[in-house]
Amino acid sequence: MSDAILMRLRHALGEAAVELAANGQPRATPDSSDGIALVCGLAHEQGWRVRVEGQGTWMPGDAPADLALSTRGLARIVDIAPADLVATVEAGVPLALLQRELDARGAWLALDPPGRPERSLGSAVATGTAGPLRHGFGGVRDHILGGSIVTGDGRAIKAGGSVVKNVAGYDLTKLQVGGFGAFGVITQLHLRLRARPAERVTLLARGERDLLSHQARTLMEKGVAAAALELLSPALAELPEWVLALEIAGTGAAVAAEVERTTESAEVAWTALPPGAAGAFWSAAARGPESGELTFRLGVFPDGLDEMIDLLAERLDTRLVSAGPGRGLLRWSGTASLEALRTLRRVAAEREIPLTLERAPWPLRHAFGHFGAYREGVGRLVAKLRSSFDPDPTFAVALEGTEHG
Amino acid sequence: MSARLAELLAGIVGVRGLRRRPAELRTFEADGLPTHAARPRLVVLPGTQAEVIAVVQALHAAAAPWVARGAGTGLSGGALAQEDSVLVVLTRLNRILALDPARRRAVVEPGVVNAQLSEAALPHGLFYAPDPSSQSACTLGGNVAENAGGPHCLKYGVTTNHVVSLLVLLPDGTLARLGSPQGEAWGPDLVGLFVGSEGMFGIALEITLRLTPLPAAIRTLLADFPTVRAASEAVSAVIAAGIVPAALEMMDQACIRAVEASIYAAGYPVDAGAILLVELDGGTAAVAGESAAVEGLLRGAGARGVRAASSAEERARLWQGRKKAFGAMGRIAPDLVVQDAVVPRSALPEILERIEGIARAHRITVANVFHAGDGNLHPNICYDGRDPDLAERVRRASREIMAVCVEAGGSITGEHGVGSDKLDYMPLIFDDPSLAAMCGVRRAFDPDQRANPGKVIPMHYCREWGRLGAAPAPAASVPSPGAAAR
Repeated sequence: MSDAILMRLRHALGEAAVELAANGQPRATPDSSDGIALVCGLAHEQGWRVRVEGQGTWMPGDAPADLALSTRGLARIVDIAPADLVATVEAGVPLALLQRELDARGAWLALDPPGRPERSLGSAVATGTAGPLRHGFGGVRDHILGGSIVTGDGRAIKAGGSVVKNVAGYDLTKLQVGGFGAFGVITQLHLRLRARPAERVTLLARGERDLLSHQARTLMEKGVAAAALELLSPALAELPEWVLALEIAGTGAAVAAEVERTTESAEVAWTALPPGAAGAFWSAAARGPESGELTFRLGVFPDGLDEMIDLLAERLDTRLVSAGPGRGLLRWSGTASLEALRTLRRVAAEREIPLTLERAPWPLRHAFGHFGAYREGVGRLVAKLRSSFDPDPTFAVALEGTEHG
Repeated sequence: MSARLAELLAGIVGVRGLRRRPAELRTFEADGLPTHAARPRLVVLPGTQAEVIAVVQALHAAAAPWVARGAGTGLSGGALAQEDSVLVVLTRLNRILALDPARRRAVVEPGVVNAQLSEAALPHGLFYAPDPSSQSACTLGGNVAENAGGPHCLKYGVTTNHVVSLLVLLPDGTLARLGSPQGEAWGPDLVGLFVGSEGMFGIALEITLRLTPLPAAIRTLLADFPTVRAASEAVSAVIAAGIVPAALEMMDQACIRAVEASIYAAGYPVDAGAILLVELDGGTAAVAGESAAVEGLLRGAGARGVRAASSAEERARLWQGRKKAFGAMGRIAPDLVVQDAVVPRSALPEILERIEGIARAHRITVANVFHAGDGNLHPNICYDGRDPDLAERVRRASREIMAVCVEAGGSITGEHGVGSDKLDYMPLIFDDPSLAAMCGVRRAFDPDQRANPGKVIPMHYCREWGRLGAAPAPAASVPSPGAAAR
């Protein structure tokens, strides 16, 4: 079967775009959206299952499929418009590379997802994984203006637009952000940028977790304008104690004013990181989840954060935990059994807290699902939407899991 | 048939909740779009969630098309009851169900008026950020349907950035609970998909919204420029400096004069080519620092004068002039088309000049008042719809303005929606497969396509109402002076 698929793909895309991967299966790496559409169309027609891959740094490439479809060939930065603070970028572009190019033009994408610097933009968008900057700049959805998608049956579709405000038609972009690839392969994205801040300052406070989370709530009540406000476990912060990390970004005057407001409280001791060390601190924290086998996120209100971390301590562990009280998001990484995860998801759901599996080996993804059971009436809608974008499923994605997670 | 349906609906909402006489129906034949009208088959005004559910179930059972409507202030004809639809008016569902200051959340029914939520949140030091110009009348349900914006959306984001969860009544009469109270999507982001679906995916029965803390300090600057071009360049300079004002609004001379001649006179300089209203908010020291920087940038770009509102009253007056500009223009002529398009910010000077050229060529007057910070234009055309030649020129000019904006890489609507008005423009920005994909999404929510028929996506992409064997006639383009200028 693999040989036949290999031949068909090579015939369609050319020798260079198709290789035999280490697992003996074909991997197609088209260099255009049309190429992606060609592969999906062919797969749909032939009944092949497709596993979509980016740079291969976040989601394990282990979903059972007849072939892998890589977005690595979609690595062009199509356009950066610093005056309009928008950019058009192909989905396979590594994030660190994109940030460097933006930086050179005085622009910035305020998105810092967990994972390695070479993680692809498409991966961060498809999994909806935002990092600490979501506190000041919102989740992944808030940075995506539109894009191009290829459906499971090979249709190339445009969603949204490339301007910063747009309500023309249904907002199909939202379905793709955090859709885990179940509704299409993202091939190109239109991004909302920020002007590169004149100044960025990172402050750290160390100590008891409860005290730090209380301090975080105090800062929010005071209305301190932070770019990031994140509570990090000792292992993630690479320090002996829990850490509350605060980043303030903006014009010189504004940053100085907010630093002053933050440090005037004597409740905790704040230390400013030297400029070079700040970048290293945040990227080490972003890479932390890698040392766990799986990562999930929970949507928690700030006042429920302590209780949820206690619950994690009781049920799993709190080695790799980061939490942003502002946007109420808690990210956990580590190793856990299916049974423990199911119990946790059930307990969380009782508190109206969704648990989203962000990455895990396939057997766990398959059984537990990225989302598990939905709320009232939603499962039916998701099933219909999925069949609309991927009829006779081509994409190997486990949204719900077996036994509803 | 209508009589039987009317009996059925009256059985749910009582006779006082039903309008069926032609004179009563006429009140509901248009929304804020003056160029289109469509008389509903019936108008039903349920008073409770249970009644809304029963009404939609009855309509589903009767296979009757229907349209949900809030206050009817929409500017794209999104709430027109086309195709002999029953109008389901939701203004009686106007309760704020919960307000949780600690968690900064409110749960509201769809008929709650936008400004009333901010009023209710005020004692807690909070407000609801999206502020469309019609905020004293428009409903939050309508805001959700249209993904409404407003001047302060530059910094705070539009409606979709503030809705965390929805209890949705689907067109088949069943319920779906989308999102989570905290704001994390529970599954795929169906809240994001529903917001801005223009009433075609169902009714938002309960809306959970994010409330925003009132800023400690606010500074409102009025800058006076000799030309629109100079003002546009100032906008780019402010944004490029990394400053995100709460609002950054422009008004051209035609608009300034209309406002200053009205009861909403705000003290704008009538000889200015354009003015900018720039509002900065946040911490006291940060606002002081940033407003000094902005003032320098405005003067550097050629402002003849920059003054700051010295009191809350002056600030309110400056904003009233801006928000009531549409009303002020309504005085000039019986009809007003408030256009809505978006262009890349850097294209503003060129596009505004091209719009002026289009106006000249068609011998009409276009006045511009818009959200300059995000390139969201509102060219306003004042005219008398009773003059068919003039109405035709207005129609042609509108189309040309849209084409120019699309050509610049922009969008046909930034916050008013497609509705009936922009239907024909959709193929300008979306190809056939993309429009067909939108139809597919609609069918997931509404397989029978009976909720708000004939809107957003041109008929033939969905073959909607194909069961009748022929495409129904478009909404009548009748002049309705009574519907002018919201």
